[in-house]
Amino acid sequence: MKAPFPFSAIVGQSEMKLALLMAAVEPRLGGVMVFGDRGTGKSTAVRALAALLPPMTIVAGCRYGCAPADTTPCPDDCRKTAGKKTAHVPVPFVDLPLGATEDRVVGSLDLERALATGEKRFEPGLLAKANRGFLYIDEINLLEDHLVDLLLDVAVSGQNLVEREGLSIRHAARFILVGSGNPEEGELRPQLLDRFGLSVDVRTPTDLADRIEIVKRCDRFDRDPAGFAETYAAEEAATLAGIARARKRLPDVQVSDAMLELGSRLCQAVGADGLRGELTLLRAARATAALAGKKTVAPAHVGAVAALALRHRLRRNVLDDTGSTTRIARAVAELIPA
Amino acid sequence: MIDALAPAGEAGVANTAASATRWALALTAIEIIAAAPAGLGGILLRARPGPVRDAWAAALGSVTRIRRLPASADAEALDGGLDLTATLAAGRPVHRPGVLAEIGDGVLLVPMAERLSPALAARLASALDDNGPLLVLFDESEADSDDHVAPALADRLAIHLDLSDVRLSMGALLAGETGFPPQVDDIEPGEPVADPGTALASAGVMLGIDSIRAPIQAQRLAHAHARLDGRRAIAAGDIEIAAALVLGPRATRLPPGESPPPPEEQPEAPPEPPPPSDDSSDDNNDSPDQMPPESLADATDIVLDAARTALPPGLLDALANGIQMKSPGGGSSGAKLRSLTSGRPAGVRAGAPGRGARLALIETIKTAAPWQKLRPQRDDGRLSIRHDDLRIRRFVARAESTTVFAVDASGSAAFARMAEAKGAVELLLAQAYVKRAEVALVAFRGDGAELCLPPTRSLARAKRELAALAGGGGTPLAAGLDLARRVAEAERHRGRTPLIVILTDGRANVSASGTVPQDAALASARALGATGIASVFIDCSARPRPEGAALAAAMGSRFIALPRMDARAVVAAVNAVAA
Repeated sequence: MKAPFPFSAIVGQSEMKLALLMAAVEPRLGGVMVFGDRGTGKSTAVRALAALLPPMTIVAGCRYGCAPADTTPCPDDCRKTAGKKTAHVPVPFVDLPLGATEDRVVGSLDLERALATGEKRFEPGLLAKANRGFLYIDEINLLEDHLVDLLLDVAVSGQNLVEREGLSIRHAARFILVGSGNPEEGELRPQLLDRFGLSVDVRTPTDLADRIEIVKRCDRFDRDPAGFAETYAAEEAATLAGIARARKRLPDVQVSDAMLELGSRLCQAVGADGLRGELTLLRAARATAALAGKKTVAPAHVGAVAALALRHRLRRNVLDDTGSTTRIARAVAELIPA
Repeated sequence: MIDALAPAGEAGVANTAASATRWALALTAIEIIAAAPAGLGGILLRARPGPVRDAWAAALGSVTRIRRLPASADAEALDGGLDLTATLAAGRPVHRPGVLAEIGDGVLLVPMAERLSPALAARLASALDDNGPLLVLFDESEADSDDHVAPALADRLAIHLDLSDVRLSMGALLAGETGFPPQVDDIEPGEPVADPGTALASAGVMLGIDSIRAPIQAQRLAHAHARLDGRRAIAAGDIEIAAALVLGPRATRLPPGESPPPPEEQPEAPPEPPPPSDDSSDDNNDSPDQMPPESLADATDIVLDAARTALPPGLLDALANGIQMKSPGGGSSGAKLRSLTSGRPAGVRAGAPGRGARLALIETIKTAAPWQKLRPQRDDGRLSIRHDDLRIRRFVARAESTTVFAVDASGSAAFARMAEAKGAVELLLAQAYVKRAEVALVAFRGDGAELCLPPTRSLARAKRELAALAGGGGTPLAAGLDLARRVAEAERHRGRTPLIVILTDGRANVSASGTVPQDAALASARALGATGIASVFIDCSARPRPEGAALAAAMGSRFIALPRMDARAVVAAVNAVAA
């Protein structure tokens, strides 16, 4: 496989990049949903971020990518078999194909072993492969509903429970779920949308200068991937350091009562129901504050992430065409003086 | 060989030249793809099956290894899997490599690409992202049909060709000559272009191409073409080829400042891309080296000129009629009903796994167990399982429905009627996520019927496409019923359950064939009734007359008189019938 495109070299799409960075800093945000056209660099951005992150430490040979310090039981009991041996592997990026069956996703009985040797062994699926990394689903709105339900359930609980074919398995599956879809090709159920932490609208860049820059960068990358990556090495390192610092700082970022109140008022003003939206809004604000190097969440942080965290949770009014983003921007302008 | 390139036929001179150009382009595409495939993905070729396409495939086969994807292929065929029979026989796992693994540096040819299941299309698209094999997709869809190659896949293939109007001389076809390979030394590269990326990106915007992949691939292709010619720098000739192969076919509008030609006029004879032979068109001296190449604007012009030779068919007509060409795809790629692979588990039945069906292991072993004493003992003492013992899982998925509205948009009441119909469509779509329903809308007025909204589940799309519906004119009821029936039948072929809702006053006054309009409508109604598709006939005239009831009886549908029709009443009627 060729080297991935550097994250910092992606032109524009700042909202998507911010959302991905926030998800990398605060995994509890619960996934990013990207709405947008084809050919806007969605999968490029996710791949690039996964490749940017430093290699993770796993128990040597573990098929589930268990962290040595983790206490979740591993079906292979890897900590006993491998002892203290560890290995470094790249942060996984799993691209879930649209036609994936439930077997492929959750894992299933290892048919080879069962038929050939009669041994009952679990063959891990894509969820195990994505553990501690990214799970990317293109055109999630075309994925079958029961699979989407299952994925979101696992993403929220961080555990994959398998009860099938006489197997009873439980393994860690903590990953950042990134879904993408084009709303013109079918809608997602509101219950599902609500489970995604952040949502981003990406548009094909319309600015000619941006488009020219994209074509030129891709050309340079095509011809000399290594040299191109070199050009952006400093920026990549800075992004990486920023993520690491923000992760470290995150637990100490303070959210004052005034900010809690601002969050609820904002949610009420735009009509986003459910506690999940409010919680995500505050978590996202905390993550932005951490990324910005601040110790407390300021109103500007809440305003900056309001559209990301709430856009997909507004009750839709069939007869009102005002876009969700506009409605949120209006409420932010009212509640947060510039 | 020259013979092969001089297209025959009764078509006019301009058409002949265009045909020769397209054929020459198609051959150039083969050369490029065979020589420098990296990052180009492959070729999407639109053409009906026939001698021209066969000739092209033969030319492709002469330079590279082609492997055809069988129509019955499933995801397992692509990726390989356990060879169950061999495994059972050998008592150890025997793997069968998939097509993708076997293909190596050959070309994977996919016939009938428009019928490819979404799952396979997605697998192929992700294979392309991982530097998979070259794909050649044969798109055999008709211009006005609903089938399209999955947009996500088409977008990843750099080269789009259209051979549907290309004619070759009978002599050459009989002799099996294709004119391949073209004589490379004839290529005049023209002056080097300083900044090809900018020219291609700007031209892409002017042609209304949204995807940013197109200019990126165009530049890759220009590089490949230059390398083919042994040059390092991109020249005018290279970006011309790139424009004609990549940008032109994706255009959704003409560059600004140009008005579309009237429909009867042929598009002007295109500037020549490097043809292997130019016997038939040496009067065309629009060669690019007459233009000063250093200036950026001119490089963009070269691109636009070249792209014009390969505009998609129908674009000019659409523009002449004042319609913005829609990108294909959209609603037609929804998830299909597959009872062997997904949904709620519903027991097991005998059958071999594969093609998406999953082995029910426990049931299989249970079936085999009682026979163990009777069957010859295996040396290793393991279970002896035969093909007949295999059991697979079954699933039931909820049937999905498509509501096809056929709306009478004629006469003075059209405006109100259309407004209520639109309201009903939007209300139905708003509850679509509960019922997994799709909605389509056919409007009839003036002298024909039109599919205004192809079956879709998307509220956003419905709102956009229904925003500018016109009303007024006569009532071609027969045409409306016929189109609604065709749409509904197509839906039934997709495995969905159609329901037709007709909103009219039941009084036809236009027919296509010159027969009595009301009789034609009655005949169409009977044809609809014969299909057995469920339908609701909503008579919305102020004083319902017997014509409406007669039509409803002929098509075996429920008759509802709604003199004061409103969107909610229509939705209630639909829900009552669908329940």
